[in-house]
Amino acid sequence: AAMEVPLSHGLASRAAALATAYLCYRRGSPGRGLALRSLRRARRQDISDVGHKYYLELELEDVLDKDSTVNCTAEVLYHLGNKNIAPDVQFTLEGELKNTDEADNIFYNRIKSLEKELVAENIPDSHGNVPPEMEPIHLLAWVASGYVIWQNSTENTKFQLAQIKHVKQVKRSDEYLEFDYMILLHDMVSQEIIPWQMTVLWHPQHGVQVTQDSRQPKHESG
Amino acid sequence: DQVFHTVPETFQQVQHLQRLFSTLLLDLWKPQLPEDIRTGEDLHIRVPAPLVQEVKDSLDHHMISYKILIPDVQKLVDQSMPKERSSDRQVPEGYIYTQYHPMEEIYQWMTQIQKNNSELVTQHYLGKTVENRGMYYLQISQPSHKTKKIIWMDCGIHAREWISPAFCQWFVKEILQNYKSDPKISRFLQNLDLYVLPVLNIDGYIYSWEKDRLWRKNRSPHMNGTCYGTDLNRNFNSSWGSIGVSYNCRSEIFCGSGPESEPETRAVAQFIERKKSDILCYLTIHSYGQYILTPYGSTTIPPSNSEELMHVAEKAAAALMGKYGTSYEVGSTSLILYSNSGSSRDWAHMIGIPFSYTFELRDNGTHGFVLPVDQIQPTCEETM
Repeated sequence: AAMEVPLSHGLASRAAALATAYLCYRRGSPGRGLALRSLRRARRQDISDVGHKYYLELELEDVLDKDSTVNCTAEVLYHLGNKNIAPDVQFTLEGELKNTDEADNIFYNRIKSLEKELVAENIPDSHGNVPPEMEPIHLLAWVASGYVIWQNSTENTKFQLAQIKHVKQVKRSDEYLEFDYMILLHDMVSQEIIPWQMTVLWHPQHGVQVTQDSRQPKHESG
Repeated sequence: DQVFHTVPETFQQVQHLQRLFSTLLLDLWKPQLPEDIRTGEDLHIRVPAPLVQEVKDSLDHHMISYKILIPDVQKLVDQSMPKERSSDRQVPEGYIYTQYHPMEEIYQWMTQIQKNNSELVTQHYLGKTVENRGMYYLQISQPSHKTKKIIWMDCGIHAREWISPAFCQWFVKEILQNYKSDPKISRFLQNLDLYVLPVLNIDGYIYSWEKDRLWRKNRSPHMNGTCYGTDLNRNFNSSWGSIGVSYNCRSEIFCGSGPESEPETRAVAQFIERKKSDILCYLTIHSYGQYILTPYGSTTIPPSNSEELMHVAEKAAAALMGKYGTSYEVGSTSLILYSNSGSSRDWAHMIGIPFSYTFELRDNGTHGFVLPVDQIQPTCEETM
């Protein structure tokens, strides 16, 4: 039997953040980032010998166009014990997401035609600014971090992408774009800032892939 | 008006400058206080136009060499002003509240605010930080024959939450700009005094500007200087060290070596303890998350006046939402977020202050701590 978790419960909001990250990874692109607008309903079910399952009703918004929202139902299963298995997430979107083909292709062609590999740091900067031409790079990290967050979440974590410390394009001979990111994740529960390296592949027709990622040691707090 | 720059070379020159400063009531920009004027160190003084010649004569007479750093202060101010010019003189002209300011500018702002509103505002010393910086709060108090209850608000206990000090400054400006014209604010000030501490964790705030934007704690050294920082919001004497903390300096939620181990914590706690019977409401401003949090973090057992606490908070959240539709969740930290002990808000309530709240301002995580400057205004307006 599923127990209804009061909406403001810390656990429900963590599951919602995880579901959003996963969704963003699956559906996002340099032209489309998704964020959680509100958590409408949450229920929790304790499945003995398996884990905790959350049934969520979410409202998501487009990071670039806050008025564009979409409703979604999701199920999140956190596995019991310390098996280091990523939680299972399934979702159903109610409605269409904005088509970003044009923006994606413009970005793709822009990067493909660069003579020198793109390099950038501190996105956003200390004052929250993202130069417009860096927004797709920012969103690509937002989407890819969804994968890292999904793979590393537990009921005791609530991750958000805090900042891109550094990004470097890696030239490829095939049609994919490749970027090597160093990002900072913020965990709301422990308040820690965790550096994470991730190698991201993208192509307008093939979506976002994280081919390699590794947690980095914290830079000395000194 | 002109800004003079000089570097005193002898002790006599220092003394002369201090005398000049106090007799002519000049505006000291650097250092903060006349007693901090030293030989070999930069001195910046703003001299009102009618006194410029007199100051020049005096410096020449004492063979103190100087440079004019800013030949026309008004011109510079006009250049930096936003398009809608505030016509009143209550707030420092040219101070841009829709930008983030480094600590030095906030210190100057406080001095200016007191100067321009001396009938209402006084600046008071609270104590020193780990790195020996002065902590000051502003008291906004309408002269009256009756003793008034106090509302205390502190910002910037966590270094990286820049929107928080920005809000404290905005709040002060709004009150001072509108207390004569806005009946609500005017009635408010007839019955209540406001005490505002714009930046509690000064060392940490400076560190987040200069070295690490996402720094959270203060800058106290531990383990022989190999590790820095205590989480000031885990350092208060409210079930200190019991839950939701780390005993390891390397953690962001390191609670310190003991309750009130940090000078910043002690400075605030000692003051509030002394005034507690007059303090009606304790507010502490953080980001991010969009919450209005009530006690407690250390236990799920509700406080004695929990119904009233929630009722007021819910009205606040509704009013906030009415402005731009931003939704804030209301509830106790232990239920909404996570367990924690040693928070200032819990401590304030435990010593008897009836209304104690933590505000977690925008946003919901999209920008997190690095909130863009174009959100300063709407965030402050709705929270106001």
